[in-house]
Amino acid sequence: MSVLGAADAPGAAPTNGFWRRTWAMLIKEFIQLRRDRVSFAMIIMIPLMQLVLFGYAINTQPRDLPTAVLLHERSDVGRAILAALANTRYFRITHEVRTEAEFDRLMASGQVLFGIEVPAGFERALRRGDRPALLIAGDATDPVAAGSALGALAQVAQTALAYERGIPEFSSPPFEIRAHARYNPAASTQLNIVPGLVGTILTMTMLIFTALSVTREIERGTMESLLSMPITPIEIMLGKIVPYIIVGFLQASLIIGAGVWLFGIPVLGSLALLAGLSTLFITTNLSIGYTFSTLAQNQLQAVQMAMMFFLPNILLSGFMFPFAGMPGWAQWIGEALPLTHYLRIVRAILLKGATFVDLHYDAAILLGLMLVAMTIAVTRFRRTLD
Amino acid sequence: MSAPDIAIDVRGLTKSFGGRVVVRDLSMQVRRGTIYGFLGPNGSGKTTTIRMLCGLLTPDKGEGTCLGYDIRTQAREIKRHVGYMTQRFSLYQDLSVRENLEFVARLYGMPDPPAAARAMIARLGLEGRERQLAGELSGGWKQRLALGACTLPNPQLLLLDEPTAGVDPKARREFWNEIHALAAEGLTVLVSTHYMDEAERCHEIAYIAYGELLAHGTVEGVIERSKLVTYTVTGDDLQRLAAELEHRPGVDMVAPFGGSLHVSGRDPQALEAAIAPYRDRPGLNWTRSGPSLEDVFIELMTRARDNF
Repeated sequence: MSVLGAADAPGAAPTNGFWRRTWAMLIKEFIQLRRDRVSFAMIIMIPLMQLVLFGYAINTQPRDLPTAVLLHERSDVGRAILAALANTRYFRITHEVRTEAEFDRLMASGQVLFGIEVPAGFERALRRGDRPALLIAGDATDPVAAGSALGALAQVAQTALAYERGIPEFSSPPFEIRAHARYNPAASTQLNIVPGLVGTILTMTMLIFTALSVTREIERGTMESLLSMPITPIEIMLGKIVPYIIVGFLQASLIIGAGVWLFGIPVLGSLALLAGLSTLFITTNLSIGYTFSTLAQNQLQAVQMAMMFFLPNILLSGFMFPFAGMPGWAQWIGEALPLTHYLRIVRAILLKGATFVDLHYDAAILLGLMLVAMTIAVTRFRRTLD
Repeated sequence: MSAPDIAIDVRGLTKSFGGRVVVRDLSMQVRRGTIYGFLGPNGSGKTTTIRMLCGLLTPDKGEGTCLGYDIRTQAREIKRHVGYMTQRFSLYQDLSVRENLEFVARLYGMPDPPAAARAMIARLGLEGRERQLAGELSGGWKQRLALGACTLPNPQLLLLDEPTAGVDPKARREFWNEIHALAAEGLTVLVSTHYMDEAERCHEIAYIAYGELLAHGTVEGVIERSKLVTYTVTGDDLQRLAAELEHRPGVDMVAPFGGSLHVSGRDPQALEAAIAPYRDRPGLNWTRSGPSLEDVFIELMTRARDNF
């Protein structure tokens, strides 16, 4: 009788036990996986979400970019050129402005990506064959978004007036397009990505910090003791959020500082404004993370929720892909994400020198998101162990 | 309105989780300044009752007061004046002894948290360990620290949930000395435990099984009211005797105690009749004795299960 005989039948291969034990482990893992609803949801949701977002929402050749026009004269030729521009489907004329200052404000706040100026006497000059200039300014803080649209302009100049009569044949193209890439004339992608990274890194770290905070207390058993002491849910929330505001602020300073020193990111706007709005953004993300913490059953679930929230933030905020190029529904989702608004804020302040007046809309949305998250967190927080 | 010398006064507390009744129609009164032992097997509803008393759980039915505050509506006041020591160690393992105590002192708004923490460290005999992380303390020290943390804000009532589970006998004895010292200062202490010797250190006890309060009073009173008659048998082959006696009518309980066997019954005559055939068996020595508290509890539990 062999020593191993007790476990393995006589004559059977000694690996019998190997498969039996592996099988036991496998069965146990499946049972646990089935009980873990959130993990299960992640298995389904993450690929679906990626598929839909990459498949439908993301467009690296963005079209229908919001454009403002400044008309110094009203002429058929001008109208024909604007129609031709719209026909390229790169430009969508959303605003008609009367002054350059008005146009500058739209551009600084990010409401339009392009501005087209038809100068006074354009038609007359055209008919004389003087090749007048049409001025187009593009927001190049996102070189990808601006690039292909600017590239399409040359063709517009050739064909826009093909059906207009009385334009001298010899001048071809009959007018000149003077395109100006604002804010980032060299179309450096670093100028776009580094400010974007500030927001992305802050989103990720802030979410995780607070997403773990309540579930950790529950898992370690300290929550029972905490709840038996005279402290209110709001006090617990604020006590958990405030330390990380300082952490987030240091992190933001580090990234922006490195961006300025290493990549030569300009700081055109007010640093105080940037600090103020960054603090708001940090607090918003901490509040959302804290809300996840009050909803999750354990730390793993909290991290999973944070990841599910992080993914659309990256893909739909305009960080990786141009915001203006996404279809309407994706832009609506994007508008509800804090990173979208912070990206506008940080790019506008650093690269465009925007002021609070330009950014009050994005700041208001961030504040709103923060208050909604805090309200959910405080009402969802369980004061008892029921 | 409860009398001022009553610390806990609850009636008809009922709580169920997911359709399973954990505490059923429980009423109890605890006088101020007493050490009240709360006994019962695992899962009998002790922890649930304690949590209802300190506002951590809302009873499904029933009402009452804790220190004169309504347990349903005045949880905040109760939390301010009640110290609750959880069954599982629930201080911050990654904070030091001193940091944990200072946290509690600050939370209760004590005037000088560092001084309060220092005083408690001295009282607990934890000098020299105040910088040690709470998670690194041994089981006995952890319990002392937890007791210190919940007595720090000068509560009027202590709720201790199995404070000595898994603690060595010496630490257990010191712990009980501390509890008696606190009670002598006027504190009311409700303490749950499995240990019979600890029950005998309480002024009054209550026994709970399957969510129902089965007996309460002083240890002597509980034993007396049980009406249990017990014979202690010593001799050879007690195991076989136990097996033979177990299901005989009149014998309500057979329990081995070291080298002896306790045979108990509620009806003395029926018990005598049941054991008569065995009394003359050679090698066995029968003596009639009072039941121990444990006999009483096991008998109560068996009866409760039969009625359940």
